[in-house]
Amino acid sequence: MKIVLNGEARDVVAKDMAALLEECGFSGRVATSLNEAFVPAGLRAVQTLADGDRVEVVAPMQGG
Amino acid sequence: MGKTFYGVDLPNPLMLGTAQYPSPAILEEAFRASGAGVATVSLRREGAGGAGQTFWQMISDLGVHVLPNTAGCHTVKEAVTTAHMAREVFDTKWIKLELIGHTDSLQPDVFQLVEAARILSEDGFEVFPYTTEDLIVGERLLEAGCEVLMPWGAPIGSGRGLNNTYALRAMRAEFPEVPLVVDAGIGLPSHAAAAMELGFDAVLLNTAVAKAGDPVMMAKAMMGAVAAGQMACDADPIEALDMAEASTPVIGKAFLT
Repeated sequence: MKIVLNGEARDVVAKDMAALLEECGFSGRVATSLNEAFVPAGLRAVQTLADGDRVEVVAPMQGG
Repeated sequence: MGKTFYGVDLPNPLMLGTAQYPSPAILEEAFRASGAGVATVSLRREGAGGAGQTFWQMISDLGVHVLPNTAGCHTVKEAVTTAHMAREVFDTKWIKLELIGHTDSLQPDVFQLVEAARILSEDGFEVFPYTTEDLIVGERLLEAGCEVLMPWGAPIGSGRGLNNTYALRAMRAEFPEVPLVVDAGIGLPSHAAAAMELGFDAVLLNTAVAKAGDPVMMAKAMMGAVAAGQMACDADPIEALDMAEASTPVIGKAFLT
């Protein structure tokens, strides 16, 4: 399935958000969005993916 | 008597940003040396190396209150989504709400700010709005559910100090019970002290410390400055006069002419 992950085109086998995070090696404290809408951690396993989806995975970072 | 920030008593009036330090080690040392009780943080795309997790561990170890921001957001939708992600990642209801309206000055878009503040407050967030010194906007933010106001001193990162002390003083007078924080624009400890002398409850700064030649020493200087300014405010300073007023008594002066 072709998706866009953090702005980069990716070809992945995962069919839901939880599987995607595992496939792409994300762990720890991250938050996710799908097509610009927040996906809470508790819903990642039931949030299915489709071709062309835009996924963002963010983590704690320095800020002012 | 310090005010509480959504029920939280802060150990001191310095809120310190975590960006732009020469290294994570210097950032950590600046925090520990200054004793700042609040750290602002952000969310950015996580890379494969997991840089965010290392950063999170360091911030957790500092044991300070974490205030995530919505830096760089230009729309209500973007800011609200970012706030939800921040609440989950940082496990806090606090959000420093930034809605940027102007590219060069990074001036807040106060119209969108009020709208986003209402949405987030209704959703249980404790909003710290980065705003201008406009009193009417301040009123609208309070009506929207904010219990703290954070007017800018000057544009973010400019180091210009307090551009409009008249308006900041007016804001203090208009909202005597509301915790007020000067957020952004501080360049020198004297700027931070001036904000506290006006009666502000805290100062939030980042660049002035992070980009100083010696961030650790500057962090300590800022803490000294906010402490001095707060003490001065509590001590009820004298009014400025246009003309001299002799401090040494005239009575009893020897007649020598």
